[in-house]
Amino acid sequence: MKAENEFRLSFDSKSVNEGFSRAVVAAFAAQLDPTIEEITDIKTAVSEAVTNCIVHAYRDTVGRIYISAALTGDNTLRINVRDRGCGIEDVKKAMEPLYTTLGSERAGLGFAVMESFTDKLRVRSVPGKGTSVTLYKKISGREQG
Amino acid sequence: MPVKILAAGSRVTAFLDGEIDHHSASDIRREIDDAVRKYKPSTLKLDYSDVTFMDSSGVGLVMGRFRTLSAFGGKLIVSNLSAGEYKIMRLAGIEKIAKITLKEDKRK
Ligand SMILES: Nc1ncnc2c1ncn2[C@@H]1O[C@H](COP(=O)(O)OP(=O)(O)OP(=O)(O)O)[C@@H](O)[C@H]1O
Ligand SMILES: [Mg+2]
Repeated sequence: MKAENEFRLSFDSKSVNEGFSRAVVAAFAAQLDPTIEEITDIKTAVSEAVTNCIVHAYRDTVGRIYISAALTGDNTLRINVRDRGCGIEDVKKAMEPLYTTLGSERAGLGFAVMESFTDKLRVRSVPGKGTSVTLYKKISGREQG
Repeated sequence: MPVKILAAGSRVTAFLDGEIDHHSASDIRREIDDAVRKYKPSTLKLDYSDVTFMDSSGVGLVMGRFRTLSAFGGKLIVSNLSAGEYKIMRLAGIEKIAKITLKEDKRK
């Protein structure tokens, strides 16, 4: 759907940027007058997508992360998080809850969280080229309750 | 520090503070693991009262501490979760490895 309002942002894949990037998307979403719960949902899903770029896509290096967000009418926010990192061999498998390729401190829960905190999740990935994650979130807003 | 540690008897309580993500989790993890190795508690309680944000890194933190703790058979409690945090913990089945409780007042 055509965007009514949109922003784009790119930044280095450093963990210190996790907090700032989810806050930016939440601030953009504020124009839809979201509930506190909806803001938390958005921040959580964005944090998962961005963290995956940092810990997986650019595992042993620092690369660039690209975020865009758009309002598409019907009070829906479309968020895209993209990297030019290592890509994912088997997206279906990667999206299974508790599946992780990284050791003991990762739960393998990122995609499951993105799925449960948004209305729709699309993942496209090309091994060696990068990954693009698109999240759709409909904002009911505080008016409608 | 995003965590304060209180050791009393055979119990260690870690009061987590602020935002838990991949960035902050490594400092929190180090502090808790140092205390666990030092006191070898029979119960480790992770208190989420003052946590303002958490993603799946907060779950990884619990799973990792479960492993540290099970080296000497300690019990794990995760307390005062917000509704959203509770939902994320349940997605991972954390209730199978720890006692998890919701925050009583629903301010968060
Ligand atoms: N942007 C990405 N680039 C490359 N691989 C990725 C990317 N995002 C996810 N993956 C792969 O998909 C797997 C599952 O991702 P998911 O976010 O569900 O879990 P995790 O990151 O391993 O753990 P958690 O999110 O709980 O910390 C990862 O272990 C990784 O192998
Ligand atoms: Mg992840």
